[in-house]
Amino acid sequence: MKEKKSILLTGAITGLIAVLLVHFGNPKNMGFCIACFIRDIAGGIGLHSAPIVQYVRPEIVGLVIGAFLVSVANKEFKTKGGSSPFTRFILGMVVMIGALVFLGCPLRMVLRIAGGDLNAIVGLVGFVVGIFIGVFFLNKGFSLKRNYTLSSFEGYLFPITNFLLFILLVAGFSMLHFSEEGPGSMHAPIWISLIAGLIVGALAQRSRLCMVGGMRDMIMFKDSHLLSGFIAIIVVALIGNIAFGYFKLGFAEQPVAHTDGLWNFLGMVIVGWGSVLLGGCPLRQLILAGEGNTDSAVTVMGSLVGAAIAHNFGLASSTSGASPNGKVAVFICLAVVLAISIANSEAFSKEKSPIKASN
Amino acid sequence: MEKVDARGISCPQPVLMAKNAIEKSPEGIDILVDNNTAKNNVSRFLKNQGYKLEYENEGEDILIKARK
Repeated sequence: MKEKKSILLTGAITGLIAVLLVHFGNPKNMGFCIACFIRDIAGGIGLHSAPIVQYVRPEIVGLVIGAFLVSVANKEFKTKGGSSPFTRFILGMVVMIGALVFLGCPLRMVLRIAGGDLNAIVGLVGFVVGIFIGVFFLNKGFSLKRNYTLSSFEGYLFPITNFLLFILLVAGFSMLHFSEEGPGSMHAPIWISLIAGLIVGALAQRSRLCMVGGMRDMIMFKDSHLLSGFIAIIVVALIGNIAFGYFKLGFAEQPVAHTDGLWNFLGMVIVGWGSVLLGGCPLRQLILAGEGNTDSAVTVMGSLVGAAIAHNFGLASSTSGASPNGKVAVFICLAVVLAISIANSEAFSKEKSPIKASN
Repeated sequence: MEKVDARGISCPQPVLMAKNAIEKSPEGIDILVDNNTAKNNVSRFLKNQGYKLEYENEGEDILIKARK
């Protein structure tokens, strides 16, 4: 089946490129990490001043532009927006904070598993629990309501913004911040990173690759389609990591990770739950934003602000573990996601959901 | 016959709407979507449930007609 091949191929190529990006200079198990890269960009443009995580990651720009170009070529580019934008902004923030407590988005979680990092298995359990909770609310009529067609230019603005950010990077704009040590200082050459992003962005647009969609569809509809992409990434990245000698099985001393099981678990509960409510993982939000969905663009902006707050307020974990402020933030984030879930579910509020309403 | 309007709804909710609709009207449903992702997801679900599908373009939107 063509659709099935497309998702398997996307997963496999994403896994391979992720390993190659590490080979070319990205931090280990971080060929791609949407949360970490948006966080680095937040630092790169000076929204936070954590010195070790500041860089303008061209992978992000590539993912967005790749999805944009392919969607325009296939006439799938459509500007849509207006489905609870501020709720999505807040969810974008909260998912980012959860990801930075765990130290990775769902895509990096998968890459960490493929690198032998067992802490990411603990994260995966939390991720699945979060998805189950999100699915529970979907079945209770959760909806952020419909989006609407907007002017094309509204949809072009997000890819244009990314393009301009890239121009600032290659032009060597002096106000950007770049880490001199730590993960932010480790990166593949600019053009390799950009091309990697372009390829994966284009493929992910075609195949709708989504880390949260895989588990969600399996739980809700016994549909393994998207999950096969998730598994293809693990298999190929695992083989690649072994071939390059990056594979190291265990909990201790894993690259850009910590061993606080409870907080790895809870961080990913937030990410799984919040991403189900948003309709896709952070990678999927970038791709949707590239193809004209400005609700997803707003979500990405929420993530950017969430990342800045996470570092300014000391919420992000370090390799030594979750921070005291981060632990408090986890419970605040869980409360926020719960409130959003209840307020937008037909079963618990007076709101009419488009899901249950029929004519 | 259930008619469902799933335009502008983010995934996976169009599939959920299709699922609810075929429970009410197992003989078939019409479901209107406005993007290819929803079209593919809803189609995959309905095909797995044993429905035969036909498509009609309604301007920018796609009407999926599912029948047993």
